[in-house]
Amino acid sequence: MIRTQQLLFQYNSETQFQFSDLQCKAGEATLITGASGTGKTTLLHLLGGLLKPTSGAIFINDVNICTLSAKKLDHFRGQNIGLILQKAYFIASLTVLENIELASWLTDNTKKREKAIELLSLLGLEQSASKLPSQLSVGQQQRVSIARALINQPKLLLADEPTSSLDDENAKIVAELLATLSQKYNAALIIVTHDQRLKERFKTTIEL
Amino acid sequence: MIAKIAWKNSWFKPLNTVLSIILLTASVAIISLLILLQKQFEKQFSSNIDGVDLVIGAKGSPMQLILSSVYQMDAPTGNINYKEAQVWMKHPFVKTAIPLAFGDNYRGFRIVGTTEEYLKKYEANLVSGTMFTKNFEVVLGSEVARKMNFKVGDKFFGSHGDAEEGEVHDEYAYIVKGIASPTGKVIDNLILSNIESVWAMHHHEEDATAAAEHQHEEGDDHNHEEAHDHESDHEITAVLVKLKNKMGFILWPRLIAQNTKMQAASPAIEINRLFSLFGIGLEALQYLAYGIMLISGISIFIALYNTLKERKYEFALMRVSGASRSQLLILVLFESILLCVIGFILGTIVGRLGLYLISTSTEENYKMAFNPFEFAGKEEGILFLTTIFVGLIAAVIPAVKAYRLNISKTLANA
Repeated sequence: MIRTQQLLFQYNSETQFQFSDLQCKAGEATLITGASGTGKTTLLHLLGGLLKPTSGAIFINDVNICTLSAKKLDHFRGQNIGLILQKAYFIASLTVLENIELASWLTDNTKKREKAIELLSLLGLEQSASKLPSQLSVGQQQRVSIARALINQPKLLLADEPTSSLDDENAKIVAELLATLSQKYNAALIIVTHDQRLKERFKTTIEL
Repeated sequence: MIAKIAWKNSWFKPLNTVLSIILLTASVAIISLLILLQKQFEKQFSSNIDGVDLVIGAKGSPMQLILSSVYQMDAPTGNINYKEAQVWMKHPFVKTAIPLAFGDNYRGFRIVGTTEEYLKKYEANLVSGTMFTKNFEVVLGSEVARKMNFKVGDKFFGSHGDAEEGEVHDEYAYIVKGIASPTGKVIDNLILSNIESVWAMHHHEEDATAAAEHQHEEGDDHNHEEAHDHESDHEITAVLVKLKNKMGFILWPRLIAQNTKMQAASPAIEINRLFSLFGIGLEALQYLAYGIMLISGISIFIALYNTLKERKYEFALMRVSGASRSQLLILVLFESILLCVIGFILGTIVGRLGLYLISTSTEENYKMAFNPFEFAGKEEGILFLTTIFVGLIAAVIPAVKAYRLNISKTLANA
């Protein structure tokens, strides 16, 4: 579960974002929407520990990630936060399965091969395990990135415009997978989006 | 896992990788070849001049005299009068003096007339048979025996001069009396007889009455004066001198050059001259090789730097998945070092292959072989460290860039 306190982020003296406090419990889903330029991605990066807030605090399972050292934060992120980005990026030279294994290896030095295969089959991708990411369609790639985000059983699942580059059918599949899998793994799900198709699926919405 | 990613990444863009590895291989191959060649060359040359302070021979190029009489590599400068040489051989400064008379060859192996001292100088023992005592009895160097498959008691005919195709002396057959132990020095490739054999072989040719025949057939009871007369016009090729008194080392070259038709040359000085001549060439080649290594370093740098733009998302992604900054740094450095290690291993192998090829040709032409399986621990260790260092330097800028990557910015601008 995650909650924030008086988050403020300042790019420079003119651009600064003040975010109202938010909270999302394990197994629940929250949609963050808003026009572009309102700091959606900034908020997501703050929650994911990719940016440090100018002031305020973020608690993930009662750990204030703003006070962690860079190295500890990297480790904490790997263990507790799963990130799904607008465009799915992979290590191009590794296979789909190896990419997922890498995410677990980077966190705790173990390759959870069986779990990775289980996740891939949940996502309907068991056939693609030994392919290179570039051989998959965009929709499939996005599903692989969901598998990668879930491999370490994170407490928090963050998604940045996960459906914006997908067609209706794939968008629906991805939205459904995000919802069911975050519940199955008991993770708090926060999606940053302006995609109308997602607003229909998720009820809790915060407008920035 | 880092190693696996580095390995897979290297082969994901095979052209860049292959180019870098080829350049590294070429430079390491040249350098390791030069290291081994120089080391073994100097060792072979130096080991052969042990126990020779001066060489007395006919006037001409001192280097040629040394090469021909000590290393059996060049044509002799000419012949010297045996009687005249003996004046110096019996000089009180002299500890040992070994006369050498070149005459014939057998299939390119020189037949050298000398004394038992020659074997002692090279610390060669007889592994089978006995020393030569009579004319036309020979002791074979170990390589000659091995290659020609000769045993004690075998007979063969020599050909005149140095050339394998020279006129065959079929009047007298040489008979193998003994076979010497291997020494790794020039003696392994020689056929040794007494000096009289060489004289006999050629006297016969020169005058039909065969003074030599007369000499050896009549044996012990021949007239001393007559023998003396014979010796007075007998010629030898060179004398290897070991001095008791090192004054001779300084005095003799000038003394002999001024007062006789001979010269005295110092192998140590001539070989130093030869090495310094070689040294310039070897040094130039070495610079060339290091130049190629520099280029391979630049090639690795460009390859890493160019892919950095595409790979920054990969790096951001790895950070998002829990990788630390230092893990990215290590990954980039590791990729470069991996190439360097592969290049070094291939280079050492290719260099030795080159040495093997050179060795087969020098063995054929100069009876000088190099061992491709020798490891020059210190020099090659330095070469290895240099290679790794080049890899580190090439990767340091890309690695630091990966280390300092701003993930939020990278992902937000995607």
